[in-house]
Order: sequence, then C-alpha cells, then structure tokens
Amino acid sequence: MKDEEAKATILRLLQEIAPDIDPEELGMDDNIREVFGIDSFDFLQLIIGLDKEFGITTPEEDYGKITTLRYLIAYVKATK
Amino acid sequence: MIEFTMPSLGADMEDGTLVEWRVKYGDFVKRGDIIADVDTQKGLIEIEVFDEGTIAELIVKEGENVPVGTVMANIIPVGEKVSVKKKSRIKKEPIKQIVNKGSIKIDDQLKISPLAKKIAKEKGIDLSTIKGSGPEGSIVKKDIDLAVVMKVESHVEVTGGKKEIAVKGLRAAIATAMSKSNREIPHFYLETRIDMSKALDWLRESNRQRELKDRLLSVVLLIKATAKAIKEVPSVNAFWENGLQLKDSINIGFAVSLRQGGVVIPAIPEADNKSLNQLMDLLNDLIPRARALQLRSSELSESTITVSNIGEGSTDKVFGVIYPPQVAILGFGNIVEEAWAEDGELSTRPVVHVTLAADHRAIDGYLGSRFLMALKKNLQKPEAL
Repeated sequence: MKDEEAKATILRLLQEIAPDIDPEELGMDDNIREVFGIDSFDFLQLIIGLDKEFGITTPEEDYGKITTLRYLIAYVKATK
Repeated sequence: MIEFTMPSLGADMEDGTLVEWRVKYGDFVKRGDIIADVDTQKGLIEIEVFDEGTIAELIVKEGENVPVGTVMANIIPVGEKVSVKKKSRIKKEPIKQIVNKGSIKIDDQLKISPLAKKIAKEKGIDLSTIKGSGPEGSIVKKDIDLAVVMKVESHVEVTGGKKEIAVKGLRAAIATAMSKSNREIPHFYLETRIDMSKALDWLRESNRQRELKDRLLSVVLLIKATAKAIKEVPSVNAFWENGLQLKDSINIGFAVSLRQGGVVIPAIPEADNKSLNQLMDLLNDLIPRARALQLRSSELSESTITVSNIGEGSTDKVFGVIYPPQVAILGFGNIVEEAWAEDGELSTRPVVHVTLAADHRAIDGYLGSRFLMALKKNLQKPEAL
C-alpha cells in the first residue's frame, strides 16, 4: 500500500469522526488530537475505523505511537 | 383533557419553533412517543409525550415559534370519554410548495418524509442524489443527515452558515443559564485528588479481553463511580426550586463539548442501575448526536446533576458553574502522573483531580466532602462498579 492511499483513508476516517474539521489543516508531523480536538471517544472511533479499513487491531499500549499522520501511516503499513 | 405544552429543555430555553408534528388528530400516543420535532437553541429536538391518550387537537402550527409553556396540543387521556369532534385547526401547507420556493427541484415521484424534505431544503441537499432507506425506498431524516455529513468537499458551504447560527444560539443559551447560575447560586468548591492506578489497571486488563468495538473508556468508570457515590450521599442529586427537592432517579448530565465552541449536556438516565457496558453503549449513541445537536427532549431536560470530564491532554482541574436548578456539578480533570506519598513512601501515580461545585443553599461542606470521599472509595474498587 502506498503512503498516499493510507493517508487518504486515515483523513477520511477522521473526517467521518469529526465532520467539522478541515483535513488540509493537518501537517504530517502535527499532533492529530491537538490539531483536531480529538478526545478519547473520537480516538476510539479512529481505532475502530483502522480495524475496519486496514484490518489492524491496535492495542491500547500502542496509542502513544500513533500521534501524528506520519507515525500513523508507518504504523498501519508495519502492522497490516 | 391534557394540555401538551412547549417543554422547557433547561433554564436557558425561552422558546422553540415547531418544525413538524409527528402525529395527527385522532392518533393514540403513549408515554415516550415522539410527537413533534422542535427547533431550539440546542438543535432540532425530538419532543416526547409523557401521557397516554388520543390527540384531540393540534394547536400550534408547523413553523410557528412559541414560548415555553404554550399549549401546543390537547390530548384526551385514556379512560376519558372521547367526545371531541372538532378537527385540528392546523391546515398543513403542502411541503412541496415550501420546498419549491427554494432552489431544490423535487421529482413528483420521489418518496420523502416532510421532515426530511424540510431539512434537505435547509441544508441545501440535492434530493436526486440520495438513496432512501425508509419504507419502499423513501427518503427519511437519517438519509438527509447522512448526506450532510458525507458532503465533505462542500462541507463549509453546506453546514457552515446553518451550524454557525445554531452554535450562536447555543452560545446565547449557555450565556443565559450561566448568568442565572452565577447571579442566583451561592457556589462553594471542594477538591480532592484520586489515585487512578487500580481503576486504570483494571480497565487495561478488561479492554485486553474485549473486542475493539467493545472497549471501555475511563470516563464510564468515573460516571458509574459518581452514580454509586450519589446513592450514598443523595443530597447532591437535587433541584433547588422553591426549596430543596431531592430527586429519586440519578440522571447524570454528561457535558459534551462541541469543537466549534459550546457545550451540550445530555442525560444518562438512571446511571446507577446501568452496567459499564450499558454506559459505554449509551455514550456511543449520545455523544455523536449531541455533537450534531440532535437530541431528544427528555435527554436535555432530565439531568439531576452534571459531570464535566475535561478529558485527556487537557487541563488538570475544572471548576464548574452549576446548571440551574441543579445543585451540584462535578469536574474531572485530565488524568496525569503525579508524585504520591503513601505509607511514608513516595512514588508516582496516575491521578485525577476532582472538583465539586455545589449550591450552598442546598448542601454544606460536610455532605459535599462525604460525596467526594465516597467517589474516591468507589474508584479504588473498579471490579465492583
């Protein structure tokens, strides 16, 4: 899977969770939760979305590893 | 005859606009049925009826804005003789006519509910692009809601204006309620900090054994521990209206922040009787609807105490302003790692700072303190929640 494909899917998931965000605002190294105001409820929806889209089950211990778009794309590619 | 009036969905609501009647003359309704959609400062709210009987008259017209307490309909209670022959004074204007005033063209063959039509018009949704999920493929409200969400590329254009107006209304509603609270309620504040080690260890282990979609968030432990503490100190679960009125049901209002500003507080009814799984299911349902400003009347009016959970990555403490006529608001800060001294040893623990803002007309420091201590104790036994 190409980085761009993963990125597009992740941004779509974020947009579904928080319809009022603008994905364009997010830089590759920005903290996703801070930029979009994603709380723990939204974050759990993202984790569920990652499972649906990529078939990956993210353990809670790994939540700290997927704080930015860059990390998240790398995590998806490495885990899938 | 029962008079069904425009309900108050909180101290901050002064009026509402009837968008659609869901019932008609002669319909039988029972407690909990949704009989109307009303547009308020807190969004489009489904209004429930709390009596059982037959609709005898629909008084308020669709599109009409009326103050709280206005008689909207008359209902003949069960057992009372039905002698009313008069028909509703409402003469429904054909929705098509209203819609045609806008720019949306509707196929004559299109099956669509009146409410869905109205919302589609407001949101500027092109009906020809929507596949209905209602009976016989008809387009219903949720199809339009979905279309609004999915219209990503023109999102700002579609919802920006409308939502900005809704958020402005919400801002005004919060201003009214909070000003009233600050003016009338003599607040006092208590704070304690709670070691969350046991609760978080239990949660981690529990989540490890769960499917992803069934994972629990720490907030459900906080809610359940609060509900159990209220059972021990019921004085915090009350209204101050012409004196103290203790409430039997523990309906926890859960503050949901909107990203664009504003707070909505739907109720978690009888939280003390719900399991952690049930509480999580409820939050999964309530939070997205609260953020979309789509709640039912009972969900906005039944809270007996409020919980504000400021959440992860945020401030350590929150000192709330009581939502009248309630007498208490509980604030949970971000769970942070802090130095903790116990039994002469110093270590680090995950800690949550909890504050209680209480109405001194209703409660004193002693009771408030007992309540917080009960909460602290409950969070040390997560397996019993």
